[in-house]
Amino acid sequence: MTQSSEKKFDFEEAAVIKHDIKKAPKTGDWRYMTPQVDKEKCIGCTTCVPFCPDAAIEMESRGTQNVERKTRYAKIDYDFCKGCGVCAQVCPVKAIAMEKNK
Amino acid sequence: MNKELTKNFASGHSACAGCAFPTIVRTILGESPDPVVISNATGCLEVTSTLYPYTAWKTPYIHSAFENASATISGVERAHKILSKKGKVPKKVKFVVFGGDGGTYDIGLQSLSGALERGHDFVYVVYDNGGYMNTGNQRSSATPYGAATETTPTGKESFGKVEMRKNLMEIVAAHHIKYAAQANVAYLSDLKKKAKKAFETEGPAFLSVFSPCTNNWKFPTSQYVAISKLATETNFWPLFEIEDGKYKVNWATETPKDLEEFLKTQGRFKHLFSEKNAPVLAEMKKIVKDEWQRLVNKTEEV
Repeated sequence: MTQSSEKKFDFEEAAVIKHDIKKAPKTGDWRYMTPQVDKEKCIGCTTCVPFCPDAAIEMESRGTQNVERKTRYAKIDYDFCKGCGVCAQVCPVKAIAMEKNK
Repeated sequence: MNKELTKNFASGHSACAGCAFPTIVRTILGESPDPVVISNATGCLEVTSTLYPYTAWKTPYIHSAFENASATISGVERAHKILSKKGKVPKKVKFVVFGGDGGTYDIGLQSLSGALERGHDFVYVVYDNGGYMNTGNQRSSATPYGAATETTPTGKESFGKVEMRKNLMEIVAAHHIKYAAQANVAYLSDLKKKAKKAFETEGPAFLSVFSPCTNNWKFPTSQYVAISKLATETNFWPLFEIEDGKYKVNWATETPKDLEEFLKTQGRFKHLFSEKNAPVLAEMKKIVKDEWQRLVNKTEEV
């Protein structure tokens, strides 16, 4: 294989699949149960965050409306949430409830 | 989408709802201090993360056949070694192989053995779901005794798998590698610690991670963390590591839970609770107890 000396590693010449999240399929439409976070109950412990298979949970700041030193709450990205219910199962204070889609 | 968690492995992959391996992949890759190159044996992870023309991987990624994922990474690692010596590529890169138990215990064992023996600097991660789940739950040598699969069905004459599962950790340890560990997806801080140690190890390191399969173990999608936890609490899946040939148990209890508590959560063990299969259940308990005792004896060896 001949390669010009300037272009040592032009990986673009090979098969490169570019990562484009905007075009990627959204898995939110798999869901038949929807997790609902009770903001009042959520203590912001982040237990659910790493266990989500779709990394759909992020911690959101409560801003100025802090309740009993709780500064954050779990926010679910419904574009990707498949509704498996793992977050509701691992939640130590049962702040996430699974509701059937209407 | 959580930006921190999806640095290496994005959302939008098509793994089943409630699957455990995305968590394993993200947790392990999150511990790597350097960029990673991944080789992936055929299996659920490969099939669900690389649906053409999309990919969930944000890292360089090579899909290998079942039998040569370790051989692929061996070549990549050696090529990187030479090219970095010539100053053509960045010096610090980590090499990771992901394989299911089919691609590790059965088909990929020879290439894994070869790569471990040659001492390439890579981390091998097996997510063990105890069977060929991607093709519809056929038995593998990681399937536990008594489990019902498509190729070891239950019925009048049979009670599921007749053989014991292969002790891969001892096979791996027999290669005199510096670090091998068994971890569980429910114990994330333990898994993180082990991943970190594996990345720090020079030469090959091996991680075996428990990964429940919601579809073929037949349990509700929400239960993978609870079931993983029970697997360790009943001593079915002990957490331990082997450093320079020395065994160390990372989690133990004086009062392990009854094995039934773990078994009754899954449809694949449902048949064990019939009267006819009581001896199978007893045998299974004996296997778990003996294996645990064997492990404890190993830790006491110097």
